[in-house]
Amino acid sequence: MVSIAEPIAKPVSRYRFILDRREVLGSLLVAPAVLYVLLLVGIPFLLAVYYSVSAYTIYNPSWRFVGLANFEQIVRDPVFLGTLENTFIFTFGSQALGLILGKFGAFLLLRPFPGRKIVRALIVLPWVVPIALATVAWQWMFDSLYSVINWTLIALGIITRAQAPNWLGTPHLAMLCIILVNAWRFFPFAIVIFLAGITSVPQDVIDAAIVDGAGFWRRNYQIIMPMILPIVVIGLIFGIVFTFTDLSIVLLLTNGGPVGTTSVLGFEGYQVGIVSGDVSHGAAISLFMLPVLFVVVIGMLRFIRRREI
Amino acid sequence: MAAVLARDIFKTFGETHAVDGISLAVPDGEFMVLLGPSGCGKTTFLRIICGLEQQTSGDLMIGGHVVNDTPPRARGVAMMFQSYGLYPHYTVRKNIAFPLRTQGLPSAQIDKKVAWASQLLGIDHLLDRRPRQLSGGERQRVALARALVREPTALLLDEPLSNLDAKLRASARTEIKQFQQRVGVTTIYVTHDQVEAMGMGDRIAVIDHGKIRQLGTPAEIYDNPADLFVATFVGAPPMNLIKHNGGYLGFRPENFLPKEMVANGGCTEFSFRVERSEYLGSERIVYGEIEGAETKQIITAKLPPAHVADESIRPGEWHPYAVRNSMLRYFDKDGKRVSRH
Repeated sequence: MVSIAEPIAKPVSRYRFILDRREVLGSLLVAPAVLYVLLLVGIPFLLAVYYSVSAYTIYNPSWRFVGLANFEQIVRDPVFLGTLENTFIFTFGSQALGLILGKFGAFLLLRPFPGRKIVRALIVLPWVVPIALATVAWQWMFDSLYSVINWTLIALGIITRAQAPNWLGTPHLAMLCIILVNAWRFFPFAIVIFLAGITSVPQDVIDAAIVDGAGFWRRNYQIIMPMILPIVVIGLIFGIVFTFTDLSIVLLLTNGGPVGTTSVLGFEGYQVGIVSGDVSHGAAISLFMLPVLFVVVIGMLRFIRRREI
Repeated sequence: MAAVLARDIFKTFGETHAVDGISLAVPDGEFMVLLGPSGCGKTTFLRIICGLEQQTSGDLMIGGHVVNDTPPRARGVAMMFQSYGLYPHYTVRKNIAFPLRTQGLPSAQIDKKVAWASQLLGIDHLLDRRPRQLSGGERQRVALARALVREPTALLLDEPLSNLDAKLRASARTEIKQFQQRVGVTTIYVTHDQVEAMGMGDRIAVIDHGKIRQLGTPAEIYDNPADLFVATFVGAPPMNLIKHNGGYLGFRPENFLPKEMVANGGCTEFSFRVERSEYLGSERIVYGEIEGAETKQIITAKLPPAHVADESIRPGEWHPYAVRNSMLRYFDKDGKRVSRH
């Protein structure tokens, strides 16, 4: 006879397999991200919201609640209204330019040519170079005395030295400059978005359109563009939100000048709230566009969802 | 509607000869099937006909005009793709109307033609849906309607049934065939499925490695395969081949029967050892080997179960089997069919 040993029940701690439970492991892994967002985004945001309805300045740090008085004051300020207008021109100008450049770039990079991989890698440079460094380079190119652009134009005989434009010192040209730099910075992202979209269109659909008699433009604007619109809109949301809230290019390139003609919301909020110490008005300026952005983003997302059905 | 004529079409991709000299004449109104294994060049050839690929050399004529340098949109051919290529952002109505819109037809005429095509295919109740809301069979009909709506010179179909399940495929086969006979459009149909080829084609071109191996009616292809490739590619199970006098002797499994079933006189006998058999309801496939074969190889017999006694298929035993001489096919050592050794 073979006797089978009685299995001895080992006492097992009920926490021994705790990490095998999906909800436990999941919350553990997501906790750092949640903490990060709460501490570094959530609290400052709520603080800013409160500052904007208080009378807080660094000279008089009072938490006194003043309602929407700050907002009423900034709306009546012509400088702020100018800033608002600049922000819209800056944002939509640079996004439009970035998207057009992005689409061209994507089409160029779609066709095979020698060195395409290198070009594809290099083209993302504007996006990955620290904006401070890039802006210094641009500043030199737009410089009133040493502008390499002006030098080239003069050397080519297109303009004379006397006609050389003062890029950053003329209101409209300064706006054009910050739009150009921001579009330059945004277009690699647009290329990536367009490339991802266009390569996701099935070859059968494009072939079908060719056989159905669609030429290049019809294929582009009636087949490919509508099909990649959702992904382009997502990219555009990113671009709009980042540009609306950005201050780095303006701060580094024009410092809002000449006479405030390139001042945008983020820059103005920084000037008033941090530099001048009027925290409550600065917060009101920074948060002014929040409801508008919110509506724009929700509208765009709804538009995408409707198209997908 | 027009005849399609290809003369010495070659297409090379780098070192690969995708199409290696195909000449083919498809008369007006014919249903021509291009049959071959995947990668044999049949789809490339189809894409050359519609203009999506440019041949390396050779001439292509559609309706009497040389179209070598004519862009796809001016060739007047319609093509239906394996995954249909429907435009996902358009409704069915706009999908079908698209080829007409590119021609700049007035919208009243477009509406009329869309109504005609959708009624013809029984999809007029789906016109306001989008492709993603349709079943596989419905999508296939929409793709067919879109291909037909502008009354093409020739209709090219690239494995149109491969995305359907088996049951739907059988009915879609009948539909396409009936439909083609009614409209009378010249049709070139690419498939790797011999059942589709045999069942639908007026003629079949069997293609392998970019060459046409045999061109003929389904019966010619099946009964008198031109070479070993056609013999083994068409037919399931494929033709049995045994080495014989330096060449090959071939016979179809359904012609390899117990001796008593083969009428006396003019038959060749084999001693057949059954290894296993599969009962498939309407037929029984028997696998085994025959005595005296130069190499050991599996021979199959396809038997009608109702007419074959069980004792003639007992595994492990030798049984007398025979093939009627008229059913034997001979191939030389290069694989070409010859009349006799």
